[in-house]
Amino acid sequence: MSVNKDVFVPRRAVNEDFESAGAPPPGWEGVDRLPTALVPTHCCFCGVQCAMYLKVLDGAVIGVEPRDYPHNRGALCPKGIVAYQQASHPDRLTHPLIRRGGKDSPLERASWDEALDYIVRRWQEIQASYGRDAIAVYSGSSMTNEKCYLMGKFARVGLRTRHVDYNGRLCMSSAAVAYARAFGLDRCPLPMPDIALSRCLLIVGSNTAECFPIVMRWIWAARDNGARLIVLDPRQTPVARTADLWLPVRPGTDIAVLNAMLRQIIHDGLIDARYIAERTVGWEAVREAVEPYTPEMAERIAGVPAERIIAAARLYGQSSPSLILHARGIEHSTHGVNACLACINLALARGQVGKPGGGTTMLTGQGNGQGGREVGQKANQLPGYRHIDVPEDRAYIARVWGIPVEELPEEGAAATEMIGLMADGRIKSCLVICSNPMVSLPENAVVRRAFRILDPLVVMDFFLSETAELADVVLPTAVWCEDEGTTTNLEGRVVKINRAADPPGEARRDWEIICDLARRLGRGQFFPYRSVREIWDEYRLASRGGVADYYGITWEKIEAQQGVFWPCPTLESPGTPRLFTERFAHPDGRARFIPVVYEPPAEEPGGDFPFRLTTGRVVYHYLSGNQTRRLGFLNSQAPEPWVEIHPHAAERLGIQDGDRVRVRTPRGAMELKALVTTTIRPDTLFIPFHYGHARAVNQLTIPAVEPTVKIPEFKVCAAAIERLEEPPGPAAGARENHTPTTAPAMFPYTAGEVRAPAAEDREGP
Amino acid sequence: MAIKTIFTDPSRCIGCRACEAACRECDSHKGESMIMVDFIARAASVATQPTLCMHCVDPVAPCAQVCPVMAILITPEGVVQQADPSRCIGCRNCVYACPFGVPKFDASARLMKKCNLCFDRTSQGLQPWCTQACPTAAIWYGTYEEFVSQRAGRAVNRTVFGHQEVQTRNYFVLPEGEDRLDVTALLRAAAREAGHPEREEAWIV
Repeated sequence: MSVNKDVFVPRRAVNEDFESAGAPPPGWEGVDRLPTALVPTHCCFCGVQCAMYLKVLDGAVIGVEPRDYPHNRGALCPKGIVAYQQASHPDRLTHPLIRRGGKDSPLERASWDEALDYIVRRWQEIQASYGRDAIAVYSGSSMTNEKCYLMGKFARVGLRTRHVDYNGRLCMSSAAVAYARAFGLDRCPLPMPDIALSRCLLIVGSNTAECFPIVMRWIWAARDNGARLIVLDPRQTPVARTADLWLPVRPGTDIAVLNAMLRQIIHDGLIDARYIAERTVGWEAVREAVEPYTPEMAERIAGVPAERIIAAARLYGQSSPSLILHARGIEHSTHGVNACLACINLALARGQVGKPGGGTTMLTGQGNGQGGREVGQKANQLPGYRHIDVPEDRAYIARVWGIPVEELPEEGAAATEMIGLMADGRIKSCLVICSNPMVSLPENAVVRRAFRILDPLVVMDFFLSETAELADVVLPTAVWCEDEGTTTNLEGRVVKINRAADPPGEARRDWEIICDLARRLGRGQFFPYRSVREIWDEYRLASRGGVADYYGITWEKIEAQQGVFWPCPTLESPGTPRLFTERFAHPDGRARFIPVVYEPPAEEPGGDFPFRLTTGRVVYHYLSGNQTRRLGFLNSQAPEPWVEIHPHAAERLGIQDGDRVRVRTPRGAMELKALVTTTIRPDTLFIPFHYGHARAVNQLTIPAVEPTVKIPEFKVCAAAIERLEEPPGPAAGARENHTPTTAPAMFPYTAGEVRAPAAEDREGP
Repeated sequence: MAIKTIFTDPSRCIGCRACEAACRECDSHKGESMIMVDFIARAASVATQPTLCMHCVDPVAPCAQVCPVMAILITPEGVVQQADPSRCIGCRNCVYACPFGVPKFDASARLMKKCNLCFDRTSQGLQPWCTQACPTAAIWYGTYEEFVSQRAGRAVNRTVFGHQEVQTRNYFVLPEGEDRLDVTALLRAAAREAGHPEREEAWIV
């Protein structure tokens, strides 16, 4: 056992064996490309918007360096680290594409003039024959505030159509409406470091560790300070793994548990009566509404032991400050607004909202998910969170835009409703930007049929997404690091994205394309911008006096303060990191209690479809995967979807880990691999949603939507699963000897930074 | 003098593999990660464990001790380097000698590769890429004193394999009260829990 280590003592003055060659020089031989500049910016993925530096050499982005910032403190998740690889990716679109011979002809290279003139000519023909509203704009929220603002203005002033909406509709429109109703303002009320101040975290329907890895550092900081952790989730996610209490609720039944917790808190005398009396209205109605929700009733509905619900209520009810974090798990539901209101009711009854480290907070998903829903690209909204049906709001915006107020269109269709309008021919053409609805919308067979009818479907993207494959005209755009602008992260912090490179080939910046289109439509006088800053200054003015007031947020202030929280109504104001500390945004300054009752999801399991199917994310992919599936490291970690199933269910069906299985719902079926694990409820199946074509789980999901905000119910539908018989492979039982060239790769992924998607992904429609 | 080194706390690890993605950005082995994140038992848990070179101090660097050509060098700061490409003969002794399973043999390059604590970054006062990126500070860089003053848990740098104890430059973070990571005891406890008969592992001498 003893090892003679005499010659191996480090730091010894004479150590012939190890120090004779000396230490390696600082800097490696392999360093052949040193950057000439570090551009400060933020990640393009997810609502956290981590700060980073991009390494630039000869006008090309070659790497990433950490950048200290108040919310990410120099850390990055795997997506952030490889985000830079999009810039010089071989899959980038470098010239416009057009179908010259109808829907079944190939996409061919075109000049900008040909592509834009064709679009404009078709749009003018359509609007002349079918009216202005026959064209729709389907925008996205993963681009800068300036671009999002421009899309809303382009639709309403350039195209003069009422139909403009964006993919935030699929993301968290339910939380937005819940906050607006309860608090009068839709924003996460706290800066992220406040999470560390909390004594109890209640995480409802959020796979925080995989979707927002950086938020986890603040959750763990709270745990270091002794905070308790309660998680409601049908799966044991990494954040649930070490929780004090994990409540594995049935998908779609959270309201029953949340109401039962509130009832228990009332019965235990843990409500903050003074806070309720001074700062809220509507308490009695909620108190009566939750009374029937006994823990036993919640147990029957949600499948969680009553004792655990009581324990969760007491743990939460006895801690202060306590914070509820919720996300898509409850928001992607036909009762998404109510589920968020149930969370808000709990926090208000405990008197937590407005305290540092207390209250409720939504975890906004998309890169600019917060900003994108304030700048006026939503069907019913104008810039600054103004409402399109309020005469004063309409008049103000019409004045800023320089158009007669009667020319400003009325509210249009929600993103999920547009598909129906396309299918029955009321929308003839659609401009899709920063979105991939063929992956992201539920029941995508219907979406495909609707898109096939459009003439033309115009898609602006920097990669050929599943939606762009169906397009009649594809316009190549810039990735985030090729343009500048601002985004608003999930805290409400406005940050600045800086330009590190130029778009490749003939690709152009999105705002330049939009302004060009407007000019060709004869509306150029309303889009005279020569720089992004001019768009920003117009948006500041357009949002002035609105709920989301950006007027005082200048790019210089963002740099000086490391981000500015809206509302920031004056140039002197430093912004508002914490909301609701003294009053809520309703005119009387009080929050609203809104009673909610449990209703079952649109489709319950039964008969031929005995399981609940729920969908979600993996840490390596972002949204529809159009970007992350092309980045070698990320794709190698999760190249295809799988279905998680509990061993109890798997055993009954003869399914073993790794088997090929077929998952069916009333909408369709797909084949994939099974992951048999105890980290999911036995009555629930889980499939990640980032994949396209035959791998898209949205072949199966139900298109039911929440009645007011039209958010689809991605998180629960009825499903069945069966094992696929596979012929035994030729190598079954045979032993294989490896040579250095045939041995499995040392590293579990392909070396080399970029790899095109697998062949199956390439198969066209 | 207090040295800066890495503290690994598996209880905070969320398995996001930001460390792997970040390690690949290092210019000395661009595109390959020298840190590994593994599911421990995916069928039962989402728990994950990052594995990186512990930079053994006592006995010093078993990988270096068994290297027949002295290709594995140790810096004066006690950082065990990856094999010097001009010396490594690709014999893989180091791969078998390492108690933590860290050195990897790259067959195409005929070279052992492993973590060298981001010498290019740490020698210039920066953090290694993995600790820099780690969203949850499950891998954390600093001195022992800084760790004690800033973090929860007990940092231990002694790992027991059978009768052999290895003291390392890097630390594991264990629950309070643990003063070493006794792998054998954990294996035995797991076997007892699973109802398997006790048996001596082959490597316990």
